[in-house]
Amino acid sequence: MFSEELEQISWEQTSEAILAKTEYDVMRALGKEHCDVDDFMALISPAAAPFLEPMARLSKKYTEERFGKTISLFIPLYLTNSCTNSCVYCGFHVSNPMKRTILTFEEMENEYKAIKKLGPFENLLLVTGENPAKAGVDYIAKALDIAKPYFSNLKIEVMPLKAEEYKALTEHGLNGVICFQETYHKANYNIYHPRGMKADFEWRVNGFDRMGQAGVHSIGMGVLIGLEKEWRTDLTMLAYHLRYLQKHYWRTKYSVNFPRMCPSENGGFQPNVVMTDKELAQLTFAMRIFDHDVDISFSTREPAYIRDNMAGLGVTTMSAGSKTDPGGYYSYPQQLEQFHVTDERAAADVEAALRKMGVEPVWKDWDASFDLIGK
Amino acid sequence: MKKLIIAGREFESRLFLGTGKFKSNEVMEQSILASGTEMVTVAMKRIELGDQEDDMLKHIVHPNIQLLPNTSGVRDAEEAVFAAQMAREAFGTNWLKLEIHPDPRYLLPDSVETLKATEQLVKMGFVVLPYCQADPTLCKHLEEAGAATVMPLGAPIGTNKGLQTRDFLRIIIEQATIPVVVDAGIGAPSHAAEAMEMGADACLVNTAIAVAGNPLEMAVAFKEAVIAGRRAYEAGLGVVSNNFEAEASSPLTSFLN
Repeated sequence: MFSEELEQISWEQTSEAILAKTEYDVMRALGKEHCDVDDFMALISPAAAPFLEPMARLSKKYTEERFGKTISLFIPLYLTNSCTNSCVYCGFHVSNPMKRTILTFEEMENEYKAIKKLGPFENLLLVTGENPAKAGVDYIAKALDIAKPYFSNLKIEVMPLKAEEYKALTEHGLNGVICFQETYHKANYNIYHPRGMKADFEWRVNGFDRMGQAGVHSIGMGVLIGLEKEWRTDLTMLAYHLRYLQKHYWRTKYSVNFPRMCPSENGGFQPNVVMTDKELAQLTFAMRIFDHDVDISFSTREPAYIRDNMAGLGVTTMSAGSKTDPGGYYSYPQQLEQFHVTDERAAADVEAALRKMGVEPVWKDWDASFDLIGK
Repeated sequence: MKKLIIAGREFESRLFLGTGKFKSNEVMEQSILASGTEMVTVAMKRIELGDQEDDMLKHIVHPNIQLLPNTSGVRDAEEAVFAAQMAREAFGTNWLKLEIHPDPRYLLPDSVETLKATEQLVKMGFVVLPYCQADPTLCKHLEEAGAATVMPLGAPIGTNKGLQTRDFLRIIIEQATIPVVVDAGIGAPSHAAEAMEMGADACLVNTAIAVAGNPLEMAVAFKEAVIAGRRAYEAGLGVVSNNFEAEASSPLTSFLN
């Protein structure tokens, strides 16, 4: 399990090593066709900031080699904002006095139909809070069953499950799982997640092993930028985690996310660090140079001009037209969001902007008939 | 330098030697000792199995050297399993270099049969080191079957052509959770050094030493090359400039200003 490997890596020493990286370390990393985690540390270090343009060029080259000039588009659907956790930064925090909704199966289907009217979406991400009693594995299974006739590729972003539960959901057409570790800094993780099931750091970080063991085809990982001041160290831990997973669960495809929290998002929690656009670009290029094949996903948390300009330079997947409240597309369009959507453009406008940048938006890259093979 | 660990056993030397093609058993023995190797493979077909005084074997067996019988000559998994049991009995070791090459011309390993035999032999308690194609997917299958190492080829055996499969070896090394030993095709110390610089855990050399003008000197050269390559890998190689050109303008990132 990855938690055992993570314990062997010192956070403090890693932070020091990143800050000690020199221009020479950056040039060495840029000269390599295949970088290791140490090179990644150089590429995200302050020493690499003056190398933004050559990094962009290299990142673009690798992205085009592996993905061509395309961006895969998906849309999230929040099934519920009911949550037993108390993540201090989240709008769905258990003590937040807000109306809680769990979509009925009928409401779900209405949402699916409404989404299909927004654009030719085939990649759907189903999101829930953590409330296994009311919206547990059976509920998610049913949501997948109802979604499958409408969408060819279904992913979930829900509480960490047992391996056998992931496996059971693949029988219901599950194609991938996204889970944010949020931060790899264990002590601070416990401060941000004081109560509820999410408070168990190991259960969450080892959830990726369980996904791998269950043979989940696609695993999405993520760090929430704004929690940990030393975001470079957090991303380095993610890089170690990615390499670990690739070695152990080599049949799985991986994606990474590193969304930036906005100041005063949801009024309450203020991010501990604000990452600049240049730093986000540097991190994205570094990730691509480090791993030519990993899917890099940008959500609608990012502003339109960043998303448009970064398309083709390293990013390969984007959400579009997103609502982050349950039933936001049809049933309950006015509820409180989980986080604020910065790029509020309609899916068709995102598509048009991407085309203008010389990038082909890809709606469909999977067929549901593949799910039946061997079943 | 970090020690190499295979199936719980530690090795100082990362050079493995083969024992075929030497002009005499004496030269072979001297080369083995000069190379500093701690792992020597021998084709069981070359040994008089019932004879403790077999001349070739006497020149191989030394303290600190792990004897690695190989199944060269077998043509499928069934024959390999049979040969492995004979080897275990005759040599008193459960370590085995699995070689299955039904094709007598190029001696290329049969991927299907090698995987099948590995699965069976691991269950029977063997420490299996399979010689295999430089096929990353096959290597992951062998790993999952319980192989102690994978031994992908650098080039067709005996050709001395070096790392013709380097792009695939790189992927194998990147993905492996067990040691990767580059086997076959290594014809010069520089080839061995290159494999080690890439992060291979060890190299197996035979022909290049056995048929050299002076096998002893060549054994020393390989010993030093493997050490140099490994040291370089652990030290971290310096800048390669071909990926990186300085440019004053910033057309791709100007939107960030």
